[in-house]
Amino acid sequence: MVLSVAVPFLLWCLLSEFSIVDPRFLPTPTMVWQALERLWQEGYLLPDTLFSFGRVLAGFLLAAIVAIPLGIAMGAFASIRALMEPLIGIVRYMPAPAFTPLLLIYLGVGEAPKIALIFIGTLFFNTLMIMDAVKFVPKELIETTYTLGGNRRQVLFQVITPYVVPSIIDTLRVNMAASWNLVVVAELLAADDGLGKRIQLARQFFQTDSIFACLIVLGLIGFLLDLSLQALMRVTCKWAVK
Amino acid sequence: MHLEVSKVHKQFETPQGPLVALKDINCHVETGEFVCAVGASGSGKSTLLRLIAGLDMPTAGTITVDGEPIIGPGVDRGMVFQRYTLYPWMTVQENVEFGLKLQGASKLARREQASRYLEVVGLTQFSKALPKELSGGMQQRVAIARALANHPKILLLDEPFGALDVQTKETLQQFLLDLWQRLGISILMITHDVGEAVFLAQRIYVMSARPGTIQKEIVIELGSERAYAVRRTPKFHHYCEDIMDLLRGRSESTATV
Repeated sequence: MVLSVAVPFLLWCLLSEFSIVDPRFLPTPTMVWQALERLWQEGYLLPDTLFSFGRVLAGFLLAAIVAIPLGIAMGAFASIRALMEPLIGIVRYMPAPAFTPLLLIYLGVGEAPKIALIFIGTLFFNTLMIMDAVKFVPKELIETTYTLGGNRRQVLFQVITPYVVPSIIDTLRVNMAASWNLVVVAELLAADDGLGKRIQLARQFFQTDSIFACLIVLGLIGFLLDLSLQALMRVTCKWAVK
Repeated sequence: MHLEVSKVHKQFETPQGPLVALKDINCHVETGEFVCAVGASGSGKSTLLRLIAGLDMPTAGTITVDGEPIIGPGVDRGMVFQRYTLYPWMTVQENVEFGLKLQGASKLARREQASRYLEVVGLTQFSKALPKELSGGMQQRVAIARALANHPKILLLDEPFGALDVQTKETLQQFLLDLWQRLGISILMITHDVGEAVFLAQRIYVMSARPGTIQKEIVIELGSERAYAVRRTPKFHHYCEDIMDLLRGRSESTATV
């Protein structure tokens, strides 16, 4: 764990501090740290981070709110699956960033198209992965419930749903990374703020140190989000954690 | 309690055409009886149990419990499967309570019944444990307790010890026998283990394969107070060999044709 971060970091230090690579292209860690401080002092870092984070959260939560019930329903009911699966199967192979121009035309340049991009980019994978998880609920568990006097509704809400909660959290973890990618795509194309916008501006002024600073912030936040979802799993699904 | 299976046929539609799983099955279980159905794989014994549990419907024929025809799963028939029987996110206690919860019993009544049956199966001290913390044998005891907490008229067991190692299996066979004697419950159990069937049952239906039919009904007269030593008696071996011959004879005759 320590090694996997320390080795590339040392390599970076060596390559940049001894000017093996031109510092204009590969800034030194010190320069990146200074860029980080500069962005903070100029009052960009916190609002940018919050804007990006807010967009991710909004798009991601909206997608989850739709995908969780839809995925469970598609997994549990063959009729709903037959209706939805072909459609979702096609749409999910359309790369979400390709929707951006359309979204900008439809929704303008405000927050809506960025949130919509994240929503589109994660909804279908979320849904299909949750649907697959439902298929892995052991048949015996469902049939046992019927023999214990359960009805279909009870099977759905008291057996299938709790059984797939760990898979849902895992799915959300995977797709959280995707939405974190998409927010940058959206901000690179059209935004006044956000970490993606900051990277875009830094490119125009050839500030590789600022780009590195933003990348590190993006990475750290993504990593923290992942850790918190892992923690959520450990707390809520003790039974599914080894 | 009177379970009656009468002229039951079961046919499955497969891509290769219709498959007759059960043909003209007639059998019954009376109050307080321990009955086993033995057969090789393909004899349709699990299908038969599923029909009785109401998880599948027969193509023809009728199954009744106390004269009432079976139209689906019901709490009068408790079922224990071979594997994946417990809800992994519930504690042992919650598992045993679950049947009563599904039927809307009060929390107090649930807890009372669950405690009682956990005591019956000797797992009171594990009530707060999760299934994954229990051995396979203990998990099956919880599954039996959960089925019993519903007060079924009959307990249906589908190779409940099939996934266990030999030692655990023998312990649980003795456990089940004691349970049956103590509670006076009616049991219908499916197994491919001839020794297990002879050791446990008062009556055995020997089933043959493709299509599944009941080849013979054998009454086991080893008394109801059985201990492991009974397995060493000539009578026990005699029963086992008889049944093995029936199962073998059938497959040999089909092999030579």
